[in-house]
Amino acid sequence: MLRALAVLAVGATFSVALSAATIAAEPAKLVKYEIKDGNSIPKSLTGKPGDAKKGREAAIHRKKGNCLACHTLPIPEQSFHGDVGPDLKGVADRYSEGEIRLRLVNSKVVNEDTIMPAFYKTDGLNRVMKKFKGKTILSAQDVEDIVAYLMTLK
Amino acid sequence: MRKLYIASLLIGGMALGSTASQAEDKDWGAYKVGDKLSGYTYATKETRAIQDDDFENPAQIWVDQAEGNWSSVEGEAGKSCESCHNAASDSMKGVATRYPVLNKNKAAMVNVEQQINFCRTSQMKAKAWKWESAELLGMTAFVKLQSRGMPVNVKIDGPVTPYYEKGKAFYYERRGQLDMACKHCHEDNPGKYARANLLSQGQSNGFPTYRLKWQKIGSLHRRFRGCNKNIRAQPFAYGAPEYVNLELYLNSRGQGLPVETPSVRN
Ligand code: HEC
Ligand code: HEC
Repeated sequence: MLRALAVLAVGATFSVALSAATIAAEPAKLVKYEIKDGNSIPKSLTGKPGDAKKGREAAIHRKKGNCLACHTLPIPEQSFHGDVGPDLKGVADRYSEGEIRLRLVNSKVVNEDTIMPAFYKTDGLNRVMKKFKGKTILSAQDVEDIVAYLMTLK
Repeated sequence: MRKLYIASLLIGGMALGSTASQAEDKDWGAYKVGDKLSGYTYATKETRAIQDDDFENPAQIWVDQAEGNWSSVEGEAGKSCESCHNAASDSMKGVATRYPVLNKNKAAMVNVEQQINFCRTSQMKAKAWKWESAELLGMTAFVKLQSRGMPVNVKIDGPVTPYYEKGKAFYYERRGQLDMACKHCHEDNPGKYARANLLSQGQSNGFPTYRLKWQKIGSLHRRFRGCNKNIRAQPFAYGAPEYVNLELYLNSRGQGLPVETPSVRN
């Protein structure tokens, strides 16, 4: 876990991605990213900073982040915040931007047994409903927007 | 007939008219066995009050209908349930505590729904009832009601063990786009809120249950399908072996909890 740079090229499956490395069209077009020290993804998935306002909306949206299912957030107009995960108030004081990004992309890298879904991952899943097959829960843009929003929680 | 239900409830020794509120760390009586807590203890006070009163419990509509069906002749063999089993209050007592069981040729587990349909097709030469039909839900609830208050006591040893192991593996296996296992919600997080839903231990002792959200009575397999779909996993068919094995495993997790059918849930 503590090895320096783990490069993850996420295709439809690892074997396909590796054996067909020279074929241009990959079935799942996930952005490649680098995990640093098993604890953070320092670089933006889109190469640009996200939009915190849109991120707040995506965090609330039940078909996108649906973060309120498990977390309390400083979003007073929404009732019934969950308490399965920690309160995210002040999360930017506790974690760097890269650390937050990794927890959104794939929190299982940090905690193998976590209930928190990997929001930007399509490989290694089991019996995914047809209409969600090969799709990530959040787009790279959504991830960046939510990261930007969480970075405002100081 | 209603009086009979209440009598059996009292014999079962279960608390009637519980009034304590959710937040109170109250004495849950028969609904708590060691660290096993029935879904009853996670339901709201109002919901518990409906379950406590058979006259208010809407599930009784289905149960009453099934009681009529118990003695009505159907099928080419000219028989009813009663032709073979006489009074349900005697012959069906305890059934809900031990099912699912191995089927006759020892090739699969059968639950109560499947046993009812097996009796219909093989003994009565009548058509099987559809899953989630009023008839099958009602008869399942009526049969299970005859064990109300009795502790769940499924066998998991001997030839049953492989099925139990399969059910257990299912419970701990991640699935769906959200990549969660049953255990993530019902073993790791009971008592926590997922948005407005208070997570319970996901016990099976109250099924079929009248769920206020459904406005209808529903089977345990409907609940499994719902929990699978919520995590964006492809659900299995009603009565699939995967679900019957899971049912066996859940019942074993709830060993000792009282049969509560028909329960009422939020
Ligand atoms: C199904 C439950 C669930 C959902 C949905 C969920 N999380 Fe989490 N999250 C957790 C849990 C539990 C933890 C605690 C650490 C762990 O178990 O990995 C956590 C930890 C975190 C952390 C680290 C915070 C800390 O103090 O340790 C961040 C950041 C985070 N979540 C953000 C989010 C965001 C943003 C979303 C929505 C896009 C989200 N989570 C959706 C359950 C969830
Ligand atoms: C994302 C969270 C989640 C997952 C994963 C999940 N469930 Fe549930 N389950 C719920 C919620 C919410 C309810 C309704 C409140 C309650 O009783 O916990 C529920 C209810 C139940 C109930 C009804 C309990 C009662 O007393 O009425 C059963 C049984 C159950 N689940 C079994 C399962 C099984 C088996 C699995 C895995 C196949 C599973 N659940 C996976 C969230 C989940």
